[in-house]
Amino acid sequence: MLREITIGQYYPVDSAVHRLDPRTKLFGTLVFIISLFVADNIWAYALATLWLAFVIRLTKVPFSFMVRGLKAVLFLLLISVSFNLFLTEGRVLVQIWIFRITWEGLRTAVFMAVRLIYLVLGSTIMTLTTTPNELTDGLEKSLGFLEKLHVPVHEISMMMSIALRFIPILVEETDKIMKAQMARGADFDSGNLIQKAKAMVPLLVPLFISAFRRATDLAMAMEARCYRGGDGRTKMKPLHYAGRDRAAYGLELLYLAGMIGIRCLL
Amino acid sequence: MSIRVEHLHYIYGEGTAFSQYALKDVNFTIEQGEFVGLIGHTGSGKSTLIQHLNGLLKPTKGTVYYNDEDIFGDGYDRKSLRSKVGLVFQYPEYQLFEVDVFTDVCFGPKNLGLDKDEIERRARKALELVGLDESFYRQSPFELSGGQKRRAAIAGVLAMEPEVLILDEPTAGLDPKGRDEILGTISALHRERGMTIILVSHSMEDMARYAQRLIVMNHGEKIFDDVPKEVFKHYKELEKIGLAAPQITYVVHELREHGVKIADDLTTVEEARDGILEAYANLQKH
Repeated sequence: MLREITIGQYYPVDSAVHRLDPRTKLFGTLVFIISLFVADNIWAYALATLWLAFVIRLTKVPFSFMVRGLKAVLFLLLISVSFNLFLTEGRVLVQIWIFRITWEGLRTAVFMAVRLIYLVLGSTIMTLTTTPNELTDGLEKSLGFLEKLHVPVHEISMMMSIALRFIPILVEETDKIMKAQMARGADFDSGNLIQKAKAMVPLLVPLFISAFRRATDLAMAMEARCYRGGDGRTKMKPLHYAGRDRAAYGLELLYLAGMIGIRCLL
Repeated sequence: MSIRVEHLHYIYGEGTAFSQYALKDVNFTIEQGEFVGLIGHTGSGKSTLIQHLNGLLKPTKGTVYYNDEDIFGDGYDRKSLRSKVGLVFQYPEYQLFEVDVFTDVCFGPKNLGLDKDEIERRARKALELVGLDESFYRQSPFELSGGQKRRAAIAGVLAMEPEVLILDEPTAGLDPKGRDEILGTISALHRERGMTIILVSHSMEDMARYAQRLIVMNHGEKIFDDVPKEVFKHYKELEKIGLAAPQITYVVHELREHGVKIADDLTTVEEARDGILEAYANLQKH
């Protein structure tokens, strides 16, 4: 039941995008997000669509799998679309009772919907093709300059990777405890809200205890291996740019230039 | 009472990139009062299989009959099935949550909607069965030792007074004394109360000693289903799938290869001792 969470999930296939350096992908995602806010006409969106289709094709991740992540933002999408659709002033297209749809409203709503969907798809590509560890490595390296401002970049990224690492473990643990309590006759589905909340106690208490136990075990294991923070720490797999990364940076910049060009020229 | 498994198939993560066969066409019947051992290396589908027996997992194909009733049929009361087919998970102590041992053991019978006296009677009886006396009743379950926690958790399932008890590696991570206590309790439940037991274990010694019948799983398929003596004769095949026969079986086979006249189906230390003494006595006679 809990296995259906797909946001932030890695999809293990070997593709050109999977092999890229995480920093290249982070930069690419950033470029894509900026480009979506630069876009203000149909040609810009057409170019963005082409670019997105090209990258999705390269990832070798089934499109249906990717779209699943959109379910999570469906509600947000509906709200923003309906607000734009009904509340924008302009030339009236149709009017039913107090609901008025304008040309301008329709245009903004459609662009807004496309922009939101592309934003989610763009960042989904990032997480589907990059393991959590690569992602935090990439972030740590990219944000390394903040160390000079005394931002604990290493510590933050270590916490992030530990948190990410523990999500599937805790999901599995929840599933296990839930089943164990169901085997003792617990019922998590029926009853009113208060009964349901009460039914969570036999699940939450063991889950918290196990989370704390795992945390102390991990801290102990890290100390046993002399972990003492980021100073002077080397990596087993340091990040290296390869030829494909330079090519990808080139394409990303070319795409951004194209998007800015369309905005300026049209 | 009988459990009948028919053409059971189960696929994990069906319809995703990670889909994987966990069970493939498994069939067997377990009768009232049997002591069945279930073995297989990690990932062979044992745990998936036992979760079907009390309806926690729904099969992809095939079904399970309890007393000739399809437990996955429409309108079948799976919640009450779980009180008849008690399932003790691996590391059951991780399911303890109440303020004291007694209240925790009461959780199961309380869920059955029994009255207070009956709940407490069952809890007392279950705790007595696992050998925890009244001095433990008001202790926090988290203050007990590993073996005591395990026993408290098993009592939590026994308190529902199931007809069948399924245990998934109940001795994992316990010291030899804790193991013997738990296995002794289980064997007593079987012997004295005629409870049907299904025991998942990695210890071939335990299986040879306690189980009347062994079911061997490999890659989601049942490959052997016989009395332990017969199954352990196939020790070479068992080794191929990452299992083994009891250590004493190897000693017996070595002896036979060296010309000692001893039976080839000895699987416990006691049997081997008698066999060797007999062979020795025969040697003296000639």
